[in-house]
Amino acid sequence: MPAVALSTLVPGETATIVAIHTEGPLHQRLLAMGFRAGKLIEVIRRARFSGPVQVRIGTTDILLRQNEAEKILVKKT
Amino acid sequence: MKRIALLGMPNTGKSTLFNRMTGASARVGNWPGITVELLTGKIILGADIVELIDLPGIYDLHGFSEDEQVVRHFLHDNVPDLALIVLNATQIERQLSLLLQLKNINLNMVVLLNMADEAKKFGITIDAAKMSEALGLPIFLLSAKYGAGYDVALQAVTKALRYTTPGLAEHLRDQLKSDSQIEAEMARVLQHSVQVPSRLPDNLTDHLDRLMLHPWLGLPIFFGIMYLLFQAIFFFGQPLQNGVSDLLTWLRDAAVAPLLSSLPVVIQGLLLDGIYNGLSTVAAFVPLIVLFFLFMAIVEDTGYLSRAAFLMDALMAKMGLDGRSFVMLLMGFGCNVPALMGTRVMRSRSLRLLTMLVIPFSLCSARLQVFVFITAALFSPKVAPLVLFSLYLFSFATAILTALLFKRYLPNNEPFVLELPPYRFPTLRQLVLRGWHEVYHFIHRASKFIVAGVVLVWLLTHLPPSAAPASADTFSGILGAWLQPLFKPIGITAELTIALLFGFVAKEIVIGSLAVIYGLGGQALSHSLALQLDWVQAYSFMLFTLIYTPCLSTIATLRSESKNNGFMLFSIVWSLVLAWLASFVFYQGARALGY
Repeated sequence: MPAVALSTLVPGETATIVAIHTEGPLHQRLLAMGFRAGKLIEVIRRARFSGPVQVRIGTTDILLRQNEAEKILVKKT
Repeated sequence: MKRIALLGMPNTGKSTLFNRMTGASARVGNWPGITVELLTGKIILGADIVELIDLPGIYDLHGFSEDEQVVRHFLHDNVPDLALIVLNATQIERQLSLLLQLKNINLNMVVLLNMADEAKKFGITIDAAKMSEALGLPIFLLSAKYGAGYDVALQAVTKALRYTTPGLAEHLRDQLKSDSQIEAEMARVLQHSVQVPSRLPDNLTDHLDRLMLHPWLGLPIFFGIMYLLFQAIFFFGQPLQNGVSDLLTWLRDAAVAPLLSSLPVVIQGLLLDGIYNGLSTVAAFVPLIVLFFLFMAIVEDTGYLSRAAFLMDALMAKMGLDGRSFVMLLMGFGCNVPALMGTRVMRSRSLRLLTMLVIPFSLCSARLQVFVFITAALFSPKVAPLVLFSLYLFSFATAILTALLFKRYLPNNEPFVLELPPYRFPTLRQLVLRGWHEVYHFIHRASKFIVAGVVLVWLLTHLPPSAAPASADTFSGILGAWLQPLFKPIGITAELTIALLFGFVAKEIVIGSLAVIYGLGGQALSHSLALQLDWVQAYSFMLFTLIYTPCLSTIATLRSESKNNGFMLFSIVWSLVLAWLASFVFYQGARALGY
């Protein structure tokens, strides 16, 4: 399975994080929130009008916008 | 004096623990980043008096947000004798990274794994003793909210205070290990001491969110909740306010007036019609304030604010704002000042400024007092709650208009990444503390400038002594007449103009000063207002009150947060212009339609 962007996943799908293509402050913040290569990530839901996506890593639920989700590469499981 | 600092990620319960340790009532909420100031309290531990400092939550010791810089500078300049590290036990897997960063800078520390009650519910088991051994640090499980594990933790803190911090490295950053090393260390510690179920049990939060964040029902539910809240405030608050106001009027006639009857008439007038009427009209709002903040506390503490951010982000993005800006607007319904300070979680300066520009349009609790009083006086009980709700809609509309007009001057591409905490329910203790906190602040403000305000209004309406009170010949009459060309086109009388002038200082004074101007308090003032104004004038007055500059404290906060006088001035001028235009369009429009 090739790696795809997190933003392409639909609610209910799970995947493994492959790479995080962000830099600087956003990168630090994502790391601290638990985004790390190899971690399992689940898409819980999306908001209407192309709003943010809710994902779950371990026991933490995080909201992020489409823009940010595009920068996270995952492999579907 | 020895110093203990509370450190940890946002929304891990540091403030809840701080309140438990000091008996204080720091503001807590289920929203990351609620602590925006350094709070300190003094407590007795063992034989010593110790200073406890509640620091804002940080994700990362080398993060870039303002809060993270504040904490870094604090640690640099004031090395604490002990750092109490508070981690959320349910998120131990990832929060350990902050602990390891902190461990590297050689602080004397005790680690508290908070929300142990919640972790247990999630099926997460943590062996604190094993973890303690693996890290070489004292580690305890705790529930700061309910108090379980608190006594043991406190003993450990007292003991640890006997040792001093070995000394803090000069260059924090150099001391930090690379991420990969931290990751390996995290894995080693977690392996033996923590077990997390591979899939969380389907809990209450998931069930509730399926409804609250439903793709189609989510937004209607949100507006429904808001509408019910405002209805409830009016439904319960207004009778309470009338009750207190009647009680104070009775007290005046039965006790205060006879007591003062031996004094000269002028002094009697100042004390009774000035200070007593003004203050009692304001004091009648205490139950309303308590009620309002209790409702706000429930919305905040449950974690619903983050849900509101999720639901509204897409719409806010169209206005150049984001979900967090929306949450700050909602917080502004309580008081604009903490909402303005809450924008510190945003890193982009443009986003922060744009958010700070719209927050003052939030209908805060002080303005709510004015509107509850006037709608109850001028409208029938059936229509009054709707009128109040329409003002909330106007509050949103002015904020949206402002954002749309100015977003192109303040463009930003700030990433939006936010934690969604589980639903939590505040304990009765937390609600009582919060209610008391708000009453205390209200009375504090009242004793400071509301007294000065009503005295000044009394003097303006009774001097020079040759003029009949509140007539055109008094200073207030002259001032009102002088401003009439500006206020007549929007239907605002000379008396109301004076009240608006004082409202610039604080909206709490507005009704109090009307009481002084008319020389009447409580119900009598309502009747008098109803006779002198029609509903179009009253609504125009409320629109102006809603939109123009909230109060001096808000202006001061705008200045201190933006560190820019030009921005502060712009915010004042824009709100005055918008207030006048909105009232003008409404008043002239309604009159043209024959109302």
